[in-house]
Amino acid sequence: MLLLTGTFLWGKTISVCSDCAVRFIKEGVEMAADFDTLLIKKGTYKEYNILIDKPLTLLGENYPVIDGGEKGEIIRIVSDHVTVDGLFLINVGTSYTTDYAAIRVVKSENFLIRNVVLEKLFFGIYLEKSNNGRVYHNKIIGDAKDEYNSGNGIQLWYSHNVVVDRNIVQGVRDGIYLEFSDHITINNNQSTNNLRYGLHFMFSNDDTYTNNTFQNNGAGVAVMFSKRIVMKGNTFRQNWGSAAFGMLLKEINDAEIIDNTFEENTIGINIEGSNRITYKGNDFINNGWAVKVLGACYSNSFEKNNFLYNSFDISYNSKLNDNKFENNYWSGYTGYDLDKDGIGDVPYRPVKLFSYIVNRTPETIVLLRSLFMDIIDFSEKVSPVFTPDNLMDAMPLMKKTE
Amino acid sequence: MLKILKYSFYDLMRSRWSYVYFLFYLALGFVLLFLNHDLSKAVITLMNVIIILVPLISTIFGVMYFYNSKEFTELLLAQPLKRSSIFLGQYFGVAGSLTLSLVLGLGVPFMLYGLFRSDVIWDFSLLLVTGAFLTMIFTVLAFNIALANENKIKGFGYSVLMWLFLAVIYDGLFLLSLIIFEEYPLDSFSLAATTFNPIDLSRTLILLKLDISALLGYTGAVFKSYFGTDLGLFLSLGMLVLWTVLPIWLLTYKSKRKDF
Amino acid sequence: MIQIENLHKKFGKNQVLSHLDLQIDEGGIFAVLGPNGSGKTTLIKSILGMVVPNKGNLKVLGTSIRKKWKYRQEIDYLPQIANFPGNLKVKELVRMIKDLRQKPSKEEELIKRFGLEPYLDKKLATLSGGTKQKVNIVLTFMFDSPLIILDEPTTGLDPASLLKLKELIMQEKDKGKTILITTHIMQFVEEMADEIVYLLEGNIYFKGTIHELMAKTGQNDFEHAIAAISTHTTDA
Repeated sequence: MLLLTGTFLWGKTISVCSDCAVRFIKEGVEMAADFDTLLIKKGTYKEYNILIDKPLTLLGENYPVIDGGEKGEIIRIVSDHVTVDGLFLINVGTSYTTDYAAIRVVKSENFLIRNVVLEKLFFGIYLEKSNNGRVYHNKIIGDAKDEYNSGNGIQLWYSHNVVVDRNIVQGVRDGIYLEFSDHITINNNQSTNNLRYGLHFMFSNDDTYTNNTFQNNGAGVAVMFSKRIVMKGNTFRQNWGSAAFGMLLKEINDAEIIDNTFEENTIGINIEGSNRITYKGNDFINNGWAVKVLGACYSNSFEKNNFLYNSFDISYNSKLNDNKFENNYWSGYTGYDLDKDGIGDVPYRPVKLFSYIVNRTPETIVLLRSLFMDIIDFSEKVSPVFTPDNLMDAMPLMKKTE
Repeated sequence: MLKILKYSFYDLMRSRWSYVYFLFYLALGFVLLFLNHDLSKAVITLMNVIIILVPLISTIFGVMYFYNSKEFTELLLAQPLKRSSIFLGQYFGVAGSLTLSLVLGLGVPFMLYGLFRSDVIWDFSLLLVTGAFLTMIFTVLAFNIALANENKIKGFGYSVLMWLFLAVIYDGLFLLSLIIFEEYPLDSFSLAATTFNPIDLSRTLILLKLDISALLGYTGAVFKSYFGTDLGLFLSLGMLVLWTVLPIWLLTYKSKRKDF
Repeated sequence: MIQIENLHKKFGKNQVLSHLDLQIDEGGIFAVLGPNGSGKTTLIKSILGMVVPNKGNLKVLGTSIRKKWKYRQEIDYLPQIANFPGNLKVKELVRMIKDLRQKPSKEEELIKRFGLEPYLDKKLATLSGGTKQKVNIVLTFMFDSPLIILDEPTTGLDPASLLKLKELIMQEKDKGKTILITTHIMQFVEEMADEIVYLLEGNIYFKGTIHELMAKTGQNDFEHAIAAISTHTTDA
């Protein structure tokens, strides 16, 4: 309690509890003056549609429970400079017409939402046309079963310059969802077991996400129709299924994908119509397809990545290639390095003929690692007929890059 | 039967070929590990090698042993011994010594490289189990072929053809039929087709370990329940057992009716 | 000792034995004779159960041998061509056969009799044909079984060993055993056999003593008598 009075020294503190003078949060908000702190003590508060319309700090002591009783939204912030800290919000109402959220921030600036735990929710934290805020160290545990009647964990809509850091999101539709939101920083979050995507960008530019973990989601991260996204140091694991990928890129230009780890995904990265992307220092380990390229993708470069034990390293569906592969390490590489410069003396062709056959007739996947397939792949390697003949890493590394 | 097994086994343990086989695997294990310094990669290479080489070696060795021990067999036939125990004893002697060579030959280098402290131990065990099954299956198939053919050259020819068929041609025909009938739902067919070939069955077992991420990319519900649960593992193992037991039964059946 | 009724055996299209009936009583030496391809070996192998007859009934020691194997405990068999697993030593082979049969044996006496002591630690693959045959003889005679079947026992033996073999056979006969012999050496037959079974085109052409045979053919020399049977039939 003492700690937080530091933020707005000039405010006073109003305590809320079942045997305090103020017994309800709504009551406290009404009574409070700008920049006051509402200290909500341990207990259960059956309230919903709490409207915060002035700069306030809502501080929970020992995680008081605010039970929305499935009636609608729980907290709506419409004022700048609001802090929500240390609350446990449950039972958000579900509706097919209104996106009820546990906490909704509308057209407000400089907000801070932290240490909040959300359970039994529809939408979790919903930022609407709100800029310059922070969503920090929250835990969102959903129990979503179907996509059509579930919401997203953290949603940003027309919101800019927001930091989303150290949150845990699981069991919702999209863990974190961005639409028309620029200059967002998403760091150190763990988005797991979500129905659709761990992280989802639509029409959002100049965003950065680093050091996040995306595991066992319908698909890890979907980046669509966005520009200049930086993706660094993230881990994408075990996104398994027929349309599952660690990362989906659709109509993305000028992005940087650096030092990420893609492990045990059906498809590590699925790329459609994306140009001028730099892939560097990523580890692709034990994926079904490390990189699957669909449609026209131009001027992408893959450099210094590790491709380790993937069933297929690269798969293309066309004979054209305008992408550069250089200095990667491929565990499937069988060449030699006579001049001992650490670079293989024969080029590596990462696209197997078999990946074409599987694209065409998916059932043939059961013939993976068959000697017959190896023979076919070998003959294709010697004289490419179906695969782009300039698609190769002319300078494959002999050792993994660190 | 156990006595025959014992003598066959001793006889083989003393023959040059068991050592050649053992040393081959030992060398393979060491070379793979030496070249890669990487257990996971060595295991993957080894898996590819095992599903092709183990059947070939077992086939050739089985046929060779059967023809070479013709005298031994005839000596035994005049003794108060059951026919089935003579042939089963010899079969288990050969299959046992081959399996032992495989397990020791590969086990020793991998153990020295710290297998027990690594997480590929399960992959490796699966590899050995698969290798053992393939040895048992292809040795008994070879025995059956040799029993049916008095002519050594013919017996050798048929055995190698059988290997070639199961290792390569079968998959070629399989692929062709999948592509020709690609408009039809093929997932049940393709799974069934793998069970009719012990090499494909072993490959499926290995795929379940190494390529599960890719296998789960296919949409069919049958695929999903086959590869997504333990069903595929148990079914494949069960079929491998059948592939071992049925030819062994055939061997005893045929041997009882054969004239010497 | 042995009863055979209506025995048939075909190898492919080749009818080797047809309608063969044969009764062999207990005790004595029986020589099974006949031209090449007359079915001698097939007959013997049928008795041993190595060849499975197409039709017919075969009894050894009073019981049918169909699908049985334990009766072979009562038979000592000397195969025609002494083929042994080459990797084994003589000693080991003897030990193995003893182990397999689990019967009292007198191999030491036989080894001494045929002078095989120096070869005991040699591998079978390194032995000469004659020595192999001696080993073969030891393996056959070391057990005490009521029925002994010898397929070309004289092959490769030097005169001294042949003499020893004859002695051995006579000894066994004196114990009241039944001994079946096939051979091409007529002198050997004349000397040893109590009765002759002559096979021709898969059937018993003649069965009786040497005297009966000579009486039948009107020859007073055994070898001529045998020759006469063969020509007689080709004439007929």
